[in-house]
Amino acid sequence: MKQIADDVAVRDKKTLGFWIYLMTDCVLFAALFATFAVLHTSTFGGPTGAKLFDLPFVLIETMILLTSSFTIGLAVLGSARGFKKQTLIWLVITFALGAAFLTLELTEFSHLVADGNGWDRSAFLSSFFTLVGTHGLHIAIGLLWLIVMIIRLWRFNFKQSDLNRLALFGLFWHFLDIVWIFIFSIVYLIGGMS
Amino acid sequence: MRKDRKRNFRRAGQAILSSLVAVIIVTVLVFVTHGRDIPVLNPHGLIADQERNLILLTVGLGLIVVIPVFIMLFSIAWRYRASNTKAKYQPDFASHKGIEALWWGLPCVIILILAIITGIYTHALDPFKPIDSSVKPVQIQVVSLQWKWLFIYPDQKIATLNYVNIPKDTPINFTITSDAPMNSFWVPALAGQVYAMSGMSTQLHLMADSVGSYTGSSANISGDGFADMHFKVNSMNESDFATWAKKTSIASQSLTSSSYDGLAKPSHDNSESAYVLGDGSLYNEVIMKYMSPDAEGSMNMSGSGM
Amino acid sequence: MFSNLSQIIFGRLTPSDFVHDPIMAGAGYAMIAALVLVIIGLTYFKKWKWLWRTWITSLDPKKIGVMYIIVAVIMLLRGLADALLLRTQQATDGSAGILTSDHFQQIFSAHGTIMIFFVAMGIIFGIFNLIIPTQIGSRDVAFPFLNSVSFWLFAAGMILINAPLIVGEFSTAGWLAYPPLSELQYSPGVGVDYWIWSLQIAGIGSLLSGINFFVTIIKMRAPGMKLMMMPIFVWSALASTTLIMFAFPILTATLGMLSLDRLLGMHFFTSGAGGNPMLYINLIWAWGHPEVYILVLPAFGIFSEVVATFSGKKLFGYKSMVVALAAITFLSFTVWLHHFFTMGAGADVNTFFGIMTMVIAIPTGVKVFNWIFTMYRGRVRFTTPMLWFMGFIVTFTLGGLAGVLMSVPPADFQFHNSLFLVAHFHTMIVGGVLFGAFAGFAYWFPKFTGFTLNERLGRYAFWLWIVGFLLAFIPLYILGFMGATRRLDHYDPSLGWQGLFIVAGVGVLIICAGVGLQILQLIVSIVKRNENRVGNDPWNGRTLEWSIASPPQEYNYTVIPTVTHRDEFWEMKRRHHVVKPEYTDIWLPKNTGAGVIVGLFALIFGAAIIWHIIWLVIVGLVGVIITLIIRLTNDETEEKLTAAEVAKRELKRQIA
Repeated sequence: MKQIADDVAVRDKKTLGFWIYLMTDCVLFAALFATFAVLHTSTFGGPTGAKLFDLPFVLIETMILLTSSFTIGLAVLGSARGFKKQTLIWLVITFALGAAFLTLELTEFSHLVADGNGWDRSAFLSSFFTLVGTHGLHIAIGLLWLIVMIIRLWRFNFKQSDLNRLALFGLFWHFLDIVWIFIFSIVYLIGGMS
Repeated sequence: MRKDRKRNFRRAGQAILSSLVAVIIVTVLVFVTHGRDIPVLNPHGLIADQERNLILLTVGLGLIVVIPVFIMLFSIAWRYRASNTKAKYQPDFASHKGIEALWWGLPCVIILILAIITGIYTHALDPFKPIDSSVKPVQIQVVSLQWKWLFIYPDQKIATLNYVNIPKDTPINFTITSDAPMNSFWVPALAGQVYAMSGMSTQLHLMADSVGSYTGSSANISGDGFADMHFKVNSMNESDFATWAKKTSIASQSLTSSSYDGLAKPSHDNSESAYVLGDGSLYNEVIMKYMSPDAEGSMNMSGSGM
Repeated sequence: MFSNLSQIIFGRLTPSDFVHDPIMAGAGYAMIAALVLVIIGLTYFKKWKWLWRTWITSLDPKKIGVMYIIVAVIMLLRGLADALLLRTQQATDGSAGILTSDHFQQIFSAHGTIMIFFVAMGIIFGIFNLIIPTQIGSRDVAFPFLNSVSFWLFAAGMILINAPLIVGEFSTAGWLAYPPLSELQYSPGVGVDYWIWSLQIAGIGSLLSGINFFVTIIKMRAPGMKLMMMPIFVWSALASTTLIMFAFPILTATLGMLSLDRLLGMHFFTSGAGGNPMLYINLIWAWGHPEVYILVLPAFGIFSEVVATFSGKKLFGYKSMVVALAAITFLSFTVWLHHFFTMGAGADVNTFFGIMTMVIAIPTGVKVFNWIFTMYRGRVRFTTPMLWFMGFIVTFTLGGLAGVLMSVPPADFQFHNSLFLVAHFHTMIVGGVLFGAFAGFAYWFPKFTGFTLNERLGRYAFWLWIVGFLLAFIPLYILGFMGATRRLDHYDPSLGWQGLFIVAGVGVLIICAGVGLQILQLIVSIVKRNENRVGNDPWNGRTLEWSIASPPQEYNYTVIPTVTHRDEFWEMKRRHHVVKPEYTDIWLPKNTGAGVIVGLFALIFGAAIIWHIIWLVIVGLVGVIITLIIRLTNDETEEKLTAAEVAKRELKRQIA
């Protein structure tokens, strides 16, 4: 086997690389936020955010995602201390919360589309669906990742390489949480009031 | 000795050959440029004239850096060529505060001067800025179509296609929009260009200082027939312009909303024609088409959408 | 019923999409014929296994680098052929009817896109792969598998952008596809979709590569190599990758939004329904301007290495050079609006961006002065790389002057979108990036082959290039002053432009002759390689890559050096320092086909989404995901080369 020092170096590299990936993703979201900021008044005679957004509903979504960020934290913490069963349970709960969030988001989308307020209605709605949808896509990818993680941790009995991956997944999930907070405040709160 | 002579001989040969090539290049370029119209350097309007002066001034400032660069490049390269063993060799001479300060400083000073000039001229030559003049300006509305230019004279109640007549020594206020992909309205002999964009209105102010016919074109690609989007700007005496406007306003076909729709269809037709303006608010209707689903609502537009 | 079924199976692809005019079909069939010849050759010489094992599945950055360069060279020939067609069309003022306006527009759109994304970017990543690990004293890049994925995404993009020669058509909207022209309303065909998806796929590859090399430089330098001891090329690469990390996500987002407009009927950039084409132009240049520096900074780095080595001196003003690189990196994000002063943003905004643009001239000027002063009190050897350096300073300074001229907004109103602009950016990109690549190629060639390039043919090629370059682009500067706009497939003969266009056409022919000589140079050099064999350090080099074997072993360094100086190898030679061969076990990444499989599925995905073949889109997507899951959950990706084996290899090399 390779030496422990090498493993640490590899983990260092991967962690830095993952942070940088997250930063590039931040830039991607920044471009979408900027687009939303420019286009959010371009309703072309269609409804504004204030008319469309159901704030209590979005607040529930937000609480679910925030909770999932807490549970993934517990899972990563548990794995560091070697509490295997506890880690798996928290991971499953995180998955459930993430899936619930995604379901709610898709429900909101389908209502908007059913009411004739789809993404092709106006530039404002295009930018709304794309910004929120891109976040949702990240959540979906995260859920897929989570399934693979859960299966591997369970099957291979908490290998070190899987634990390293879990730590990176934790970063990813927290990152999505932060992006959502920006979406919640800028798109729904500010956009919903103007 | 012999080797030296051979090398000198080869060097002389190379020098003669490269001079010959240079002479040929220059001759050919002079030959193909001689006697041609160079509107940017030989303008016929107030704005283009100032832009030309600004260009020459900037080139002059730039040459303060460029010429020393060339002199240094060739003289240092020649002096310290490997075969010149008499030259000093100092492999560790890698930094010198004074020298480095000089070439951080010199460009800074030049850029500072240029920045001040830029600030002044950018405001003075802002295309949206009306020209100071005692003469009453002529309003012309420009619509870029696929692949034609429509000019509307709201005061004279006429319109022209693919040519525009203007009185000389009179400020011309162009307001420009597009009913097509983005174009750029450019008459180099009279003024620099401005984009023509749908759903909004940009402006260009210019003034011709002599009678003549100048070429304008679209500087931005807008589809298949884009290369045909050139037009003539005819600058004429004021009386000639008035006569022409009057004649046009009674003699030619009428431009209404419905005949406009036919005109707006994509075509490669680059012929000139003139119309009586049947619909005074045509220009605004063209803009509003892109602003609101029912073409109503407040008129809120500017060129600086961002 | 039948058409319905065929739509489900083939999307909007119909047999008529395979019909092309003779020129395009000729180019397409030539490409297919070349491919078939290669396949026959590989089969005949039984080289498939070799190709698969040594190249396609290799994670060795030196192999990947060579593959990048091969793709870039092929694309350079394609781009050059495009240029030749454009020049021919304009030299005959369009009246000869060689190309229709539609075909002409496809060609210039392809020329620009290919030259930037698949030539310049390919060269840059090729050089990164070859040089960064060897210069920083590393055995590998940070993420070898990611590197392979990046390359194969790049290759998939390359195939997509050439596919319109066979099936469908390419975009006619220019290399940046400004909306609303690039929207469905005005461009309903597959052309813009080809443009979007080839760039999107290659662009994601570039982004991943940028992250990879950034981490490589930060984390994998030899012990003792502090940041301020890095070779200047590595600094330029660090600056370039930083720009990639910040700029390419913007490209991804922008292309994504344009494709959503086209696929789902969204209204980001449409005219009408609230769409804002100006937003696209802002976003694309927020990526596009840094992109220019992504390409040219590494070229600066190459010239810095070349001029120091061939002057037998340290680089003059190393710290100034690093500061200048950092300044350019930062400033390049503050100038994007100078690409559209003519949008009417108002005098204050234009003034700000004009001045920011001029400010970039300061650090760039400092670099030029430092390069020149590196020769001062040196012993300058005028080898081919040095000739390219001299040519670069001349063209780059003149192009820079033109650039400063256009940074003054009112002057730009007269130059924007004219042939003056075209001449300017060709001066910068050809004279900067391409000359830099040529210099680097001749400079580093012996390191990776063990023999030098033929000097004489290299010189001839250089002189043809310089003369051709001046003849091709000086006329365009003059034409700009005459009011000639870019992208005209025909013009009125009475304007008097034709003479200059003919001269420009002759210039391109001379450049083609130069390229021909370069190809000949490569062939002659390989055939007569035994005459040009050199040791590990043919130029009396300064940096660590010259201390290792030529060509390097798979693991670059048998012993990782400990660095104590800038120009470490130069200092080692001074101290007569000899590295003691203490062999240790070396871990190397195993070959994997996962990279090429990801690329293949990405290609399928791209082609399917361009032609609206839904089921195939899903196949591509699922293929990418499953391949990645399988590969990323694999923990056995490295294999050990024992110390004994390393010693055996070293001995073998020394005997040879």
